[in-house]
Amino acid sequence: MEPTSLAFRERATRALADPVLSTALARLETGWQAARARAAADLPEFEALRDAAVAIRDHALAHLDFYLEAFERRFTERGGVVHWARDAAEARAIVLELCRAARARTVTKSKSMVAEEIGLNAFLEAHGLRVIETDLGEYIVQLAGEVPSHLVGPAVHMTRERIAELFAKAHGGPPKQDSAALVAEARRVLRQRYLEADVGITGANFLIAETGSIVTVTNEGNAELTQGLPKLHIAITGIEKVVPTVEDAFVLLRLLARSATGQEFSAYTTFLTGPKRPDERDGPEAMHLVLLDNGRTRMLGGPMRAMLRCIRCGACMNHCPVYLAAGGHAYGWVYPGPMGSVLTPHFVGIEKSWPLPNASTFCGRCEEVCPVRIPLPGLMRLWREEAHRRGLAPPAARFGLALWAFFARRPPLYRFATRIAVALLGAFGRRRGRFARLPFARGWTESRDFPAPEGSTFTAQWRARRGTGR
Amino acid sequence: MADSPRVALFVTCLVDLFRPSVGWAAVELLEKAGCRVEVPEPQICCGQPAFNSGDRRTTEELARQTIPALEPYDFVVAPSGSCAGMLRRHFPELFDDDPAWKARARAVADKSWELVSFLVDVRGMSEPPGGFAGRVTYHDSCSGLRELGIKAQPRALLRAISELELVEMEGCEVCCGFGGTFCVKYPEISTKMVEDKARRAEATGAELLLAGDLGCLMNIAGRLARRNSTLAVRHVAEVLAGRLETPPIGVGRVG
Amino acid sequence: MSEARRAIFAAIRERLARVDEAAADAAVRERLARPRAVLVPARARLEGEARIALFCAKAQAVGTEIVRIPDLAALRDAVSTSLRRHNLPSALVRAADPLLDAAALETEPLLEVRCDVPRETDAVGLTVALAGIAETGTVLLASAPERPTLLAFLPETSLVVLPTVRIAGSYEEAWATLRGLAGWPPRSVNLITGPSRTGDIPPAIELGAHGPKRLIVFLLDRPS
Repeated sequence: MEPTSLAFRERATRALADPVLSTALARLETGWQAARARAAADLPEFEALRDAAVAIRDHALAHLDFYLEAFERRFTERGGVVHWARDAAEARAIVLELCRAARARTVTKSKSMVAEEIGLNAFLEAHGLRVIETDLGEYIVQLAGEVPSHLVGPAVHMTRERIAELFAKAHGGPPKQDSAALVAEARRVLRQRYLEADVGITGANFLIAETGSIVTVTNEGNAELTQGLPKLHIAITGIEKVVPTVEDAFVLLRLLARSATGQEFSAYTTFLTGPKRPDERDGPEAMHLVLLDNGRTRMLGGPMRAMLRCIRCGACMNHCPVYLAAGGHAYGWVYPGPMGSVLTPHFVGIEKSWPLPNASTFCGRCEEVCPVRIPLPGLMRLWREEAHRRGLAPPAARFGLALWAFFARRPPLYRFATRIAVALLGAFGRRRGRFARLPFARGWTESRDFPAPEGSTFTAQWRARRGTGR
Repeated sequence: MADSPRVALFVTCLVDLFRPSVGWAAVELLEKAGCRVEVPEPQICCGQPAFNSGDRRTTEELARQTIPALEPYDFVVAPSGSCAGMLRRHFPELFDDDPAWKARARAVADKSWELVSFLVDVRGMSEPPGGFAGRVTYHDSCSGLRELGIKAQPRALLRAISELELVEMEGCEVCCGFGGTFCVKYPEISTKMVEDKARRAEATGAELLLAGDLGCLMNIAGRLARRNSTLAVRHVAEVLAGRLETPPIGVGRVG
Repeated sequence: MSEARRAIFAAIRERLARVDEAAADAAVRERLARPRAVLVPARARLEGEARIALFCAKAQAVGTEIVRIPDLAALRDAVSTSLRRHNLPSALVRAADPLLDAAALETEPLLEVRCDVPRETDAVGLTVALAGIAETGTVLLASAPERPTLLAFLPETSLVVLPTVRIAGSYEEAWATLRGLAGWPPRSVNLITGPSRTGDIPPAIELGAHGPKRLIVFLLDRPS
């Protein structure tokens, strides 16, 4: 997927003018945000679990090669097949090859952000496969020809009316009015797709080195039908998802749903360890796992390693005032919100995405709620430094910063210049106390007044009344 | 030192330029709390405009310029959670490759405080000298709240003012949309955020909104003025010190 | 091994730049050899009837129906009653689990019972849980030749028998008990916490998105 992150501001501005989207995004605040707060408050050990989760993820990442080897060994012992992909193209080719070898025509898919990352659907469709998303939100987005706007709720930006239209167009019949009828319709339609599918593709929330298991988490039960009905199951995920033991996974699982939707536990958490065993009567005959690097190893070396702790809960975006204003599509690639503002430059290049790490007030709510305490603002700042080094900011912003820095590094000159500026602005603004328009601050005064200065600086007043300080 | 510490007031660029009365309120509160206050030079800016723009070099240069001025004091106090957070949390991380400067930055960081938390947590203030009669709401500025844990301290002092009624607004911990250069880089998003803040503040029925950071206050006051709101805006130090002779932020002087 | 694999592992090792490989290896071996609970919430450390009560409360909070029965002989009636209460046909497909064999469901004249993998047309599936987890009202199902996984996913109503003695406080406790079983973990271990649900179509949470719309757990006090 070609990133459109450079148009963040334009797309965000359009989003702000869309009352339907604003209503949809406001639901996140009263819904998942409030639910997470309740869930965290209901579990006295919540903060301690976050600390434990950080330690588990850091330990696993610091020993990533060992744990991947251990995982691979166990997974293979149980009859699974591991494929390693350095980049998106390799991963796509592996999946296509597996589908072809299985003479597959229809593929069902359970939501996978890594599949979005590598643009899997479009690729498989271009090669003649029929791909059906089964997560209801993802299915809706697929019908609309869109991409997910949220990690956990791909269709959070849509209203019921829009979904009803999409369903009527795709399934026939008049648009249904209530959500129960729409869910029932999707269930009926997608049931047929499950039964027709030759291949089921899922993601994986965690890999467990101890047992060679992959873990999927859903509320709908679609992962189980996706991997459990066809003959071939292909899972795809990033190499960073491995944890040492089942016990470690439980720490992360206790945090995942609480952080995401405020549930104590998602409805379905499934540990899969290889394909159908000899005497079993259901399950896929073959199980393949594609492990994707795609630049993840590059993140291991420095402070960006913390980003690899991410468990894709979406709490950062649920709590981000910028995400809640702009919506996920404004971010212009696969991963939205604060975690996306850190990841997107990594995957698509800072030159194609520098507005994203700048699209934050550094208010710190994302870091405050992140279950694995990723210092998201700090990592966004690192990208700002990279953008600054490469001179990517618009000329006006760079000029303004350089001008300010010129004065700030010359204290006597700064004092002199600011005294004059403040005296002038103070005199002009004295009566009203504010300015409705200022030529050099249009971004500000378009929508708010600019408070006038009192007229003299504190440092000048201090010198006059109390001497020169030390 | 315990009796009468020497305190460097880090006045912050915004207070210096726009609202010196906040600086005087801080001086008064610090002196009330038994401190000897000085305003050492050079102190221009904590460097956040550069730091948050990714200009690490300028940030470091400004820190090297500022740190020596602050070193001789027992404490450094700023009437801003954002600037105090810069001194306390970020100055040391600027010098990861320079142990000598890192140690100096760390020493300054360890004695740097935001004004209200310094008054309460270090000086044990429980009864502020100032006063205000009326209904007030308090906005938690992001850096003070999340970098320095400032939440209870201003509320404790405000509640000690007998005729002041503190009414919490919905989302008092949500960012106002200022974000330094953010407000001019993404004015549309910033406007949406400050509009939400203004509406929620108005909904409390308060007559005065307080916060501990002038950046947020100018942003909120500017939006309220554009909405023709009657809700006044002041820095919390002004109320705590009882320095209310200067008109609220963005309000003109009569005559 | 593939070129991609070699390249990825080389990149990992280069980036991690560990100084003491032997220590790292030992740390990993130790961790994998002796899995231990990291942090179990106090809530999960209940015993006896209090633990069962927590299981029920947590399960009901997410929409699971709980039917408590004294012994296997009571299962027949309990199942029939539940199906009637929901206006469901008196027909089900069940696991070949010995516990269900012993319940002699087939002797109930009005209940049509098949022992099989479920088909799309089956409305009700009945299986047995290997454990319950009080902490969140979760049932743990494990695949086996006699317990097809799909029994709890394909039919619109999922019936699960859970002996109360199998209720653990925490996930870790449940897993630790099962870890010693031959062939553990099986192909598929399902932790199920309530019926299938979705919030993707506003405004409400709807049940039965893909998996069961209804989850009924029969808590069995005396399995034999």
